[in-house]
Amino acid sequence: MQARALRSRRDFLKVSALATGGMLVAVTIPGIGRRAIAASTDAPFAPNAFIRLTPDGTVTVVVGYSEMGQGVLTAVPMLVAEELDADWSRVRFEQAPSDPVYKNPLFGIQATGGSTTVRASWQPMREAGATARAMLIAAAARRWGVSPQECHTVAGRVVHADGRSLAYGELATDAAHEPVPTQVALKDPRQFRILGQSLDRLDTPLKIDGSGRFGIDVRVPGGYTAVLARPPVPGAKPRHWNAAHAKSLPGVKAIVEVPGGIAAVADGYWNAKKARDALDVQWDLGANTAYSSDGIRRTFLALAQGSGTVARQDGDAAAALHGPTATKHLDAVYEVPYLAHACMEPMNATASVTADGIDVWGSVQAPGAIQQALAAAFHLKPDQIRVTTTLLGGGFGRRFGLDYVFDAAFVSKAVGAPVHVMYPREDDMHAQFYRPAALLRFDAALGRDGMPVALRMNTVCASIAKAAHMPLHDGIDSFAVEGLTACPYRIPNLRIEWSESEPPYSVWFWRSVGHSQNIFFVEGIVDELAVAAGKDPYEYRRDLLGGAPRYRGVLELAAEKAGWSKPPAPGRHRGIAVGESFGSYVAEVAEVSVGPDGAVKVHRVVCAVDCGRVVNPRIVERQMESAIVYGLSAALYGRITIEHGRVQQSNFNDYPVVRIDEMPQVEVVILPSTENPGGVGEPGLPPLAPAVVNAIYAATGKRLRSLPIDTGALRRA
Amino acid sequence: MYTLHVNGKTHSVEVTPDTPLLWVLRDTLNMTGTKFGCGEALCGACTVHLDGVPVRSCSIPVSAAAGKHVTTIEAVGATAAGRAVQKAWLALDVPQCGYCQSGQIMSAAALLARKPAPTDADIDAAMAGNICRCGTYNQIRAAIKDAAADLGHGG
Ligand code: FES
Ligand code: FES
Repeated sequence: MQARALRSRRDFLKVSALATGGMLVAVTIPGIGRRAIAASTDAPFAPNAFIRLTPDGTVTVVVGYSEMGQGVLTAVPMLVAEELDADWSRVRFEQAPSDPVYKNPLFGIQATGGSTTVRASWQPMREAGATARAMLIAAAARRWGVSPQECHTVAGRVVHADGRSLAYGELATDAAHEPVPTQVALKDPRQFRILGQSLDRLDTPLKIDGSGRFGIDVRVPGGYTAVLARPPVPGAKPRHWNAAHAKSLPGVKAIVEVPGGIAAVADGYWNAKKARDALDVQWDLGANTAYSSDGIRRTFLALAQGSGTVARQDGDAAAALHGPTATKHLDAVYEVPYLAHACMEPMNATASVTADGIDVWGSVQAPGAIQQALAAAFHLKPDQIRVTTTLLGGGFGRRFGLDYVFDAAFVSKAVGAPVHVMYPREDDMHAQFYRPAALLRFDAALGRDGMPVALRMNTVCASIAKAAHMPLHDGIDSFAVEGLTACPYRIPNLRIEWSESEPPYSVWFWRSVGHSQNIFFVEGIVDELAVAAGKDPYEYRRDLLGGAPRYRGVLELAAEKAGWSKPPAPGRHRGIAVGESFGSYVAEVAEVSVGPDGAVKVHRVVCAVDCGRVVNPRIVERQMESAIVYGLSAALYGRITIEHGRVQQSNFNDYPVVRIDEMPQVEVVILPSTENPGGVGEPGLPPLAPAVVNAIYAATGKRLRSLPIDTGALRRA
Repeated sequence: MYTLHVNGKTHSVEVTPDTPLLWVLRDTLNMTGTKFGCGEALCGACTVHLDGVPVRSCSIPVSAAAGKHVTTIEAVGATAAGRAVQKAWLALDVPQCGYCQSGQIMSAAALLARKPAPTDADIDAAMAGNICRCGTYNQIRAAIKDAAADLGHGG
């Protein structure tokens, strides 16, 4: 074991005795989430995670993250259990603050996203487990009158060299009064017996019998349900509506105007929705009816032809493109549309505004941001906003948005009762928290050896940072260019530019954010360069990744597992792509066939991932597969379009997603790594679309440069 | 006033005749295991059994369910097929966010009750109406096959 000095412990960890016996370890995990404000060293101790060890031997890890499918309710307890040397069968999770005893907000700034959970918890939660373990050993040694050095631990017991032992539960109360050690030893990873195992998820039992509580299942006594009529075009203002008629319908309590629109408040969803539909709102639509997807595209295209703000510059691409070593030139335009998240659980939240503050219950990714934003809007202190996070029926970034929470708070205030605001699926799809539409123009030149001499890319899209009130750096929104600026290929003259364009459709974080389009762009372009050079797309990438071992590692592993060197089954064709996001490296090989009618079938996806040290391999594999399916839906079908200012899609009929009968075989291989953990919720997504499109090129000789895949263009006459 | 038989219990509910069964379950009877996803019979999240047949409860008005037997996720474990499906789901750790899984399990249990040894094509046909945005489809398919094997062994 290696001893390791801890950060200032006052700021990070406190141990106390529980009134009912046992010990409580309170931990501060700094910097949770992209939007988090890191705890400053002189900030008061503000724990956001807890470990409770009770006399019956149960270890309860109170997890302050939002569970949206990514397995945090299992992964975080595993970190604690490893260093605590707990008996895994006695480990439980609890979502915080879900119990009424947590009336006081325990949480400072808190958010889940950006694939950060394990990365942020890795050190503090293991240290917390190790601290509790050291205190349990000290308590046992004191009781036996021996030196702690003579004791060790095995699965929930302290054992003395002579063989006697005590269970953690028997020691917990005493241990709470032992001094908190200033140093703890963390295990050598070779000793791990919990981390790295595919342990069953702790939350599965709740998710197979209907007992798990999602935001939509929150029921507050005396509460109502509200559905809103919302502006059909951004900026539209309600001019007239038939409140009297809507109010007269069964079960309707009130019709109120709030910033989000006109709310119909009733005794349940159905009556609220019928009243909303009966409002017959007349809107002043305003000038934004002039917007259409075609018009937005024309604007983007014009900007892409010019130049933008430089985000990365190596060498001199402008000169090299036309320099003496450039023997072959390529240029083209790539583009992707707006995308909706279409979480399985439509947006909804419950709020109760009372004289002493606001209670919010729901499936949210950023309770901390909710506290701050509601406090500002309602002139309250953040600690007067109490947020209870339920299970999330999908997040994908959408649930960082505060729109539905604000709606619930405003309607609750207007009617003086708890209100559950529900978005019908159509409202959810129209709500405009879209992955930005983007268009990129590139110019490339190859040398005599076929290797790139220069590459210039100018991408046009709206700024997510601005939408989320986050700063730009040197005029650059990092979300707009992430995945481009990280371009790992050996290209001596590289210039990456961003041109901002802000149509009135609000953009937002969407699974893997900027990487979702930018890795599609880069990996399509590199494939084009390989073809122009007359080289195998895998070998070409491999050559250009000489200085990027983690990229190269997953690329080689994916190619090997996919059998890249051998021809695929007749009628099938392969494409490959690689990318890094959130500290993890992923390469994917897609095997596709294209029918005479242009129909694309993805048969198999092989995915190799290097995400550093792995907490739970099965969760990693499932997250990769999940992101592959999400990316495949976007590649095949995903498209939000605008006509006369209005969003055209409304439900799963016109915003289709992949279903079980289109599901490819997926094989995930994890590259063993001793690096610190990377994220796993998002990195599986970006390489999928380019791998599929590159396979379609192999099948048809047609280079698709826009998504979703246009099967019409692939039809053979 | 409508009489509904839900999971073996009889309820009288006062709602308008067009109220979908889904909202009677969720809002009137406070049984929240059955989920809302689309309201248009497009996603399967709201699947329940009506006299043993899987239906999308968001698109069945209460008037059409009156007098019939409704089984929901809360009680499907009392049937042989439902129990086998839940067991296989647990063993393979199928759910991710879990939101679609009530509907998935209801569709799978209905399939196995009708076809104890489904082929891949049977699974496609029975399950294609159930969307999972977390992409658990391959685990769902494997769990259905495990549940079928379990039932075949006299479970
Ligand atoms: S909610 Fe009924 S099928 Fe989607
Ligand atoms: S498990 Fe999340 S939608 Fe299926």
